[in-house]
Amino acid sequence: MDSASMQPVLLFLQSLISGILVGGVYALIGIGLTIIFGVMRIINFAHGDIMMIGMYLTFNLFNLFGIDPFASVLICIPLMFLFGGLLQKLFVNRVLNALPQNQILLTIGLGLIMSNTVMLIYTSDYKILTTSYSSGSFKFMGISISEPLAISFIITAVITGLLYWFLMKTDMGQAIRATAQDRQAAQLMGIDVRRMSIISFGLGAALAGTAGALISPTYYIFPQIGSTFTLKAFVITVLGGMGSVIGATLGGILIGIAESLGAVYISSGWKEVLVYMIFLLVLLFKPSGLLGKSRV
Amino acid sequence: MLRIEKLNFSYDGLQVLWDVDLQVNEGEIVTVLGSNGAGKSTTLSNISRLVKPDSGKITFLDRDLAGMESHDVVEMGIIQVPEGRRIFPELTVLENLRMGSYIRNARKWREENIERVFDLFPRLRERQKQLGGTMSGGEQQMLAIARGLMACPRLLLLDEPSLGLAPLLVKNIFDIITEINRQGVTILLVEQNVYQSLRIAHRGYVLETGRIVLTGKGEDLLNDDHVKKAFLGM
Repeated sequence: MDSASMQPVLLFLQSLISGILVGGVYALIGIGLTIIFGVMRIINFAHGDIMMIGMYLTFNLFNLFGIDPFASVLICIPLMFLFGGLLQKLFVNRVLNALPQNQILLTIGLGLIMSNTVMLIYTSDYKILTTSYSSGSFKFMGISISEPLAISFIITAVITGLLYWFLMKTDMGQAIRATAQDRQAAQLMGIDVRRMSIISFGLGAALAGTAGALISPTYYIFPQIGSTFTLKAFVITVLGGMGSVIGATLGGILIGIAESLGAVYISSGWKEVLVYMIFLLVLLFKPSGLLGKSRV
Repeated sequence: MLRIEKLNFSYDGLQVLWDVDLQVNEGEIVTVLGSNGAGKSTTLSNISRLVKPDSGKITFLDRDLAGMESHDVVEMGIIQVPEGRRIFPELTVLENLRMGSYIRNARKWREENIERVFDLFPRLRERQKQLGGTMSGGEQQMLAIARGLMACPRLLLLDEPSLGLAPLLVKNIFDIITEINRQGVTILLVEQNVYQSLRIAHRGYVLETGRIVLTGKGEDLLNDDHVKKAFLGM
């Protein structure tokens, strides 16, 4: 059934729901970026590239071992956590007190190294990960829902829920939040803030990598895919309020909806216009983001 | 218990502390007096290893703090209640207290200590679900001290606990400091409120532009001409 022949209400609901489903994955990427920013006040410009690494990891697990991309999340999370923690320990920790432009250069450089290394190994050809359900869909109250998107949304929801519980209820989660709110006071509580930074970057990388795994059945896989997602993650994070996990969740879903509605009602080539219009409007009227606190 | 010898520290090339010698014995309340910028907070930052000294030696229970990180110092039992309270604004009162007992040694006493500080500061019990940032200045100061006590301190460093508080509250805070000391916690108190702090301190040091210029017993310093002239306006 093509869009034109659908009833207007159904069409709207259809695009709304697919927007929310895609937005879940965006939220995951945004949450990762916002946690890293919250704890270290560093914008990770390699974020999309880390996601790309997660995509290739999933691609390889699928091709070499036949591991389902959604099941590979279980492997992706710990490996990407270690990868992120290592990046923090080896590189980012050294620039924590450096000038912002140096921090930006470092993360951009890390991203370039990642995308070019992957290009060296896999060339810049587009790869496709086809599963039996890649193009599958099911009907729910007359609305057709893409199977891979639905599964990835459920996984996203579970991960976000677990993460939220971790940050709110566990000692380490509270220590991460405390470090984000007042790094020096956290030090005075005996919190090893360097360790918290490593864990935060690990978490951020694990979330980005998981997002990469989740979108690999529905997106082309290529080494340069990261940059668009870095930008998207940045928009989501600013939209939700820098450092706010709930804000990033909302921001991600909002961007997903905006893209989906933009694609249906304007044109798929222009779907991003709606995203940046919302972004600019939020910046104009609430510069601290939807759930952000203005910082001094 | 704590011994500082010939501590020198400079910030951005500007020397802030000059050959500071200071000692705190177990069970004492020792106060460091001085006006703004005299180097009081900087001394505490050096003890807590938030900054590293240029030269000089700090030992706690005969262990040299050189090479230690802030969290190592906390784990040895030196707990700082920083100037300006530094409450975690988006954590609840209870979560702030829990963070106070983040270190392993203190974690097993967490529930007992929460009860203990709630008894000491009943107001915190009423406000335990409230976000730290929404509390009044006086309540935040109580929370900051309570959070410090959560770590089972052996030596409590208090940085200007009376700053910005109403006079009635100031007296209250000093009474509580005396009570905490009576319960066995050694206290190094940095203050601008000279009269109140000398009233409760066993010994005091006067810090002027980064140098210790005077030291003595609390009551002696209260009657000292230099102290009277410089701080008490007499």
